[in-house]
Amino acid sequence: MLVGEAGAATQLAARLLVRMAELMGAERLVPISGAHVDGCLYHGPVSLDFAQRLVDGGGAVRVETTLNVGAADLLHPELNRGDPERHRAGRALMRLYSTMGCRPTWTCAPYQLAARPAFGAQIAWAESNAIVFANSVLGARTERYGDFIDIAAALTGRAPYAGLHRDDGRVATIHFQLPPLPSRLAESDVLFAALGHLIGRRVGRQVPVITGIEHATEDQLKALGAAAASSGSVAMFHMVEVTPEAPTLAEACGRRPPLETVRLALAHLAEAARELTSAADEPIGAVSVGTPHFSLSEFERLRLLLGGRRVADTIAFYASTGRDTLDVLRERGWLDEFTSAGVKIVTDTCTYLAPIMAPATGAIMTNSAKWAWYAPSNLGARVVFGSLQECVESAVRGARWTDEELWRDG
Amino acid sequence: MTVEGEALTTGRGQGATLVLEEPLSFWGGVDATTGRVIETRHPQCGRSLAGAVLLLTRGRGSSSSSSVLAECLRNGVGPVAIVLAEPDPILALGALVAQELYGVEMPVVVVGAEGYADCMREAMLSVEADAGGRLGFVRAP
Repeated sequence: MLVGEAGAATQLAARLLVRMAELMGAERLVPISGAHVDGCLYHGPVSLDFAQRLVDGGGAVRVETTLNVGAADLLHPELNRGDPERHRAGRALMRLYSTMGCRPTWTCAPYQLAARPAFGAQIAWAESNAIVFANSVLGARTERYGDFIDIAAALTGRAPYAGLHRDDGRVATIHFQLPPLPSRLAESDVLFAALGHLIGRRVGRQVPVITGIEHATEDQLKALGAAAASSGSVAMFHMVEVTPEAPTLAEACGRRPPLETVRLALAHLAEAARELTSAADEPIGAVSVGTPHFSLSEFERLRLLLGGRRVADTIAFYASTGRDTLDVLRERGWLDEFTSAGVKIVTDTCTYLAPIMAPATGAIMTNSAKWAWYAPSNLGARVVFGSLQECVESAVRGARWTDEELWRDG
Repeated sequence: MTVEGEALTTGRGQGATLVLEEPLSFWGGVDATTGRVIETRHPQCGRSLAGAVLLLTRGRGSSSSSSVLAECLRNGVGPVAIVLAEPDPILALGALVAQELYGVEMPVVVVGAEGYADCMREAMLSVEADAGGRLGFVRAP
């Protein structure tokens, strides 16, 4: 591949991959069974120049490859705002990646698609929340791939055998011990988002292990991972008796004592949650959920929380999801329900990446630590962070509602 | 002062040092059209990377930072060199792609914690990493 017998695109891909393998300290490459590519999100002319170079060089992926979100909602064109030139470029880039044989899944949560990597599978995934979920929850093995190198891995079917691809790269070195938790908090999305945010701030690139949580849903683990991968560079975590490579604390730590143990108090978690709110005491004008993309079970919960009520006229309510999930909503007849309740469903992209949201009057509320972290700089938004229940109640009432009991014992 | 380090990419660059006091995600943290730091929580928010020898211990957050760095380099508002305490493949990749697509050479050199502390004290730095070698040199001119 390096000498060019497989075409110019594969040659460029192989050159980048080998250089990256050297930088990562890999002695060899490992064959992969799948890839998830994030390069289809338009950042500027470099995105197009690079993809065009690969397409012109005959680029075709060698493994099952899914695509991350792009810069436009292709199914709901009426939602797209912003500079038409940039919008056209974003769509052109999405086409170029489809041309190379990638599946047009357009989701940042490829682990919510029907087919997902098996335990132990070697893969090359991009998108920080997908990477941390694949490693931690699925037990598949990927390093932190991103723009350029993700498609390079897909075009060559190889990844550098280093870091999280190897057993020794997956050992936890820092232990977070949780305090006894109020029962409703332990069930909430807020706990996991705040914990992830706090861990990311603290650990950088280490693999943390968490004890003190008895059970967690995939949605909660998703929220934790996405938060930790935004405020820090966490690409894998263990949760004892919850995630597949952590039956015990000792096994998660590779049978060595962790280098550091952090005993968390409830106050640390509450502080992390507060840190995610950047708005002052102002009214909210919008709610955005679905970062990472809403799962079917999250829509089920949204439906329960709405309970047949409508979002207030003064509030724009957005839920981002993958088009595969949208299909299921339509089959169940829920799509019309959500639409009449005032929920705008966004697919193929995300509200903090593409100009989707109407210019906000007031603060924007979310249950996503990742959204709360990036939206202030990406959109200039002032954010109120809260649970999904707080988001829904606030949206229905048209005014901020706080769940005063959430952080209390009882 | 001369500090030797591992060269992640090749090239030469000289300029005023800009020390990032906290790790920075270029994606969401840097405006690629102006080269300015826009992450509101970052201590260097508002500072421009253009023409600077950028010092940061390591990158942070999104892997799309490769794109944003490459975009800055294409737009001529990127740093002229990056000096890191720890290796950062994401930033190295952005520099490699800018080199492949546009022939822009921007050296990225990893100097370790001690070397980094030495570099931080200098107002001007010159960075050199030649093709073929894996060594990079950071000097105070």
